[in-house]
Amino acid sequence: MIKKKECVAMLLAGGQGSRLYLLTQRVAKPAVSFGSKYRIIDFTLSNCINSGIDTVGVLTQYQPLALNEYIGNGQPWDLDRTYGGVMVLPPYQGQKRAEWYKGTANAIYQNLHFLDKYAPDYVVVLSGDHIYKMDYSAMVDFHKRMGAACTIAVIDVPLSEASRFGIMNTDENMQIYEFQEKPKEPKSTKASMGVYVFSKEELYKYLIADEADENSDNDFGKNIIPAMLEAGEKLFAYPFKGYWKDVGTISSLWEANMDLLGDRPALNLNNGSWRIFARHSSNPPHFLGYGAKVENSLLTGGCEIYGTVINSVLSGGVKVAKGAVVKDSVIMKDCVISENAIVEYSIMDSDTVVGVNAKVGQAKDEDKGITLVGSGLNIKPGTVIGGGETVDEAFLEKLENGKEEA
Amino acid sequence: MAGVVGIIFSNIHDKNVSELTRRRTMASVPFGCRYRLIDFTLSNLVNSGITHVGVVTHYNYQSLMDHIGTGKDWDLARSSGGIKILPPYITAFANAQNSLYSTRLEAMKSMIEFISSCKEEYVLLSDCDVICNIDLSEMINAHITSGADMTIAVKRMYITHDVRNVEIVESDADGVITDISEANGIVTGYRDINLNITVLHRTYLVNLIMDAVAHGYDSFTKDIVAKNLDNCDYRVYRYDNYFAGINSLTDYYMCNMDLLSSSARDSLFNVKNRPIYTKIRNSSPTVYEEGSSVKNSLIADGCVIHGTVENSILFRGVKVGKNTVIKNSILMQDTLIGENVSLNCVITDKDVVIRDGRTLSGHETKPFYIDKLTVV
Repeated sequence: MIKKKECVAMLLAGGQGSRLYLLTQRVAKPAVSFGSKYRIIDFTLSNCINSGIDTVGVLTQYQPLALNEYIGNGQPWDLDRTYGGVMVLPPYQGQKRAEWYKGTANAIYQNLHFLDKYAPDYVVVLSGDHIYKMDYSAMVDFHKRMGAACTIAVIDVPLSEASRFGIMNTDENMQIYEFQEKPKEPKSTKASMGVYVFSKEELYKYLIADEADENSDNDFGKNIIPAMLEAGEKLFAYPFKGYWKDVGTISSLWEANMDLLGDRPALNLNNGSWRIFARHSSNPPHFLGYGAKVENSLLTGGCEIYGTVINSVLSGGVKVAKGAVVKDSVIMKDCVISENAIVEYSIMDSDTVVGVNAKVGQAKDEDKGITLVGSGLNIKPGTVIGGGETVDEAFLEKLENGKEEA
Repeated sequence: MAGVVGIIFSNIHDKNVSELTRRRTMASVPFGCRYRLIDFTLSNLVNSGITHVGVVTHYNYQSLMDHIGTGKDWDLARSSGGIKILPPYITAFANAQNSLYSTRLEAMKSMIEFISSCKEEYVLLSDCDVICNIDLSEMINAHITSGADMTIAVKRMYITHDVRNVEIVESDADGVITDISEANGIVTGYRDINLNITVLHRTYLVNLIMDAVAHGYDSFTKDIVAKNLDNCDYRVYRYDNYFAGINSLTDYYMCNMDLLSSSARDSLFNVKNRPIYTKIRNSSPTVYEEGSSVKNSLIADGCVIHGTVENSILFRGVKVGKNTVIKNSILMQDTLIGENVSLNCVITDKDVVIRDGRTLSGHETKPFYIDKLTVV
């Protein structure tokens, strides 16, 4: 028997996120740590449940293990339901064919039978790599009110940056007449946030048509939206005001973390009415020793700080020893910064040990860029790593060999 | 440990810290930034593979039910076994004889149905205020191997003249208990004290309870254990690691302050494969603002700190305003401290508000306690 859900969300979480380099070597982008105790996908999943959407399909493809384990039965987000809830939808082998998800549209197309189960009136298509707090139910209301076939959430960006986004050109009623992907000369500043609401009939119709077109890239932005516009469907832009950030690059990931700091942070996590849920570890409370100096930073359970932490975001279980300094950095879980070591302007993946007196990264003012350090590394005592480097096993080995030759 | 059911007494020792238990059970007394006392016992049970637990309640147990919920945060939301709250048992049309129990034994008399209906071979009885990280499976194995009728966990501690409310256990070289008595201020020095964790055969327990009902006994230790010592084989299980018992508000204060030492934290929280679980609150990370200064303090998530904090314990969601100095204090969940405040040796219960400019101080031997929801 079909028990109807008015609204079902499909969360695209299969992208590789190659511009995050080392951080996405072993995990998909949505599973990357963010903001001390979260993963990137927590924001989208929490938005869903806070908006009253309790049926979410998560489309995975690249390195799904960590993501699958993280989502589990959906309990941290209250998405463990007898009917509905969160479901991980990987590519599968069918009776007639087996193939990877060819594009965002194809990923949904291959899971139309999942949607059939809930007979939704509206399908919300989301991507799992943005940091924002948004009430999707208000957007669905807007979609209904406009009688739209598809509604696309847009955010105002500075004109100078508009050419980095997909830009929606609309009339005064917010109806979209043109869509430009990364235009050289943007006509408007309404950038797509990668949040779509579709009426079910239209979604099915265009996905099926798109699948039949062999030349298509099977992508929402490239194919589905232009096809709908061409056919004269009613597409609307839904203006969103508030914090939104695509954390697809190292620098934007760093910035988004820093946006959580300060007396009046750009993104406030300490808000009881729109909580961001996450899967928690059972870390004990964090401890600051006598020599600790912590300012303008975020800390969470399991951290032990005896040194200095300034303008930084530390995940659970990070140890900062006496005399060590962490500045302008994002340190992921269980890293150890040993005595008198200095970490500046860096993003460090989990479980890495920085040896005594080692120096990683260069001061932010020196403009050498963010130093990216991979996970599970052992940076030997006294090692000096400059600004803007990408540090992995091979890098450390080369550094070691270089020292021997000298 | 499929063959063991755990029973926790949630109101035991409520009178020790009457300030904190006025509105809650001893089991739900907040402790160590983010925990409730029962978390230690529950985690010890779960970490030892015991997944069927009954929590005996008596009064004031709303906060406890709220804390435990379905038991999912301890992995105790199960189709078979799991955690069950056992509310006080009063028959309909209660007559004068129906009174609420006040001892462990009386509680068990009302739980007889639960205990009888369990399928497990052994029962582990534990108080709710045993602050330690103990491997109970080792204790249970020791009990089974020894063939004893009952095994009681003890810890060697230094007893001073003013220690009360603890039981001193004497045993011979084989660990067979020879005497059990309450501390009276005369016996001092290193003694084995009763941790109130007991393992015994379930049918044996049922027999003891039925016998107690028949004789009108009401104390488990005095009427059963002490009287049977001559003809039964009751043994001790020695536990040597960190243990804290709370017998007064000053004890409560000192036990919390203990956590500022890394050895206490390591033996309580950082034991491999034996984490301490608690209710998940989804607090955001703690924010340290420009100008904040925090030293030698244990801080939970969800706090926002502008001022100075030293030698203190901050629970989840505490806010500390600018130019405020907090020393040697315990601030429970969602305490709101304004600007230019000075606190020393203060315990604030949940949701206390301290307005701008206030100065409050107690002494470490007599901390100043401020009741829940008070505005100062």
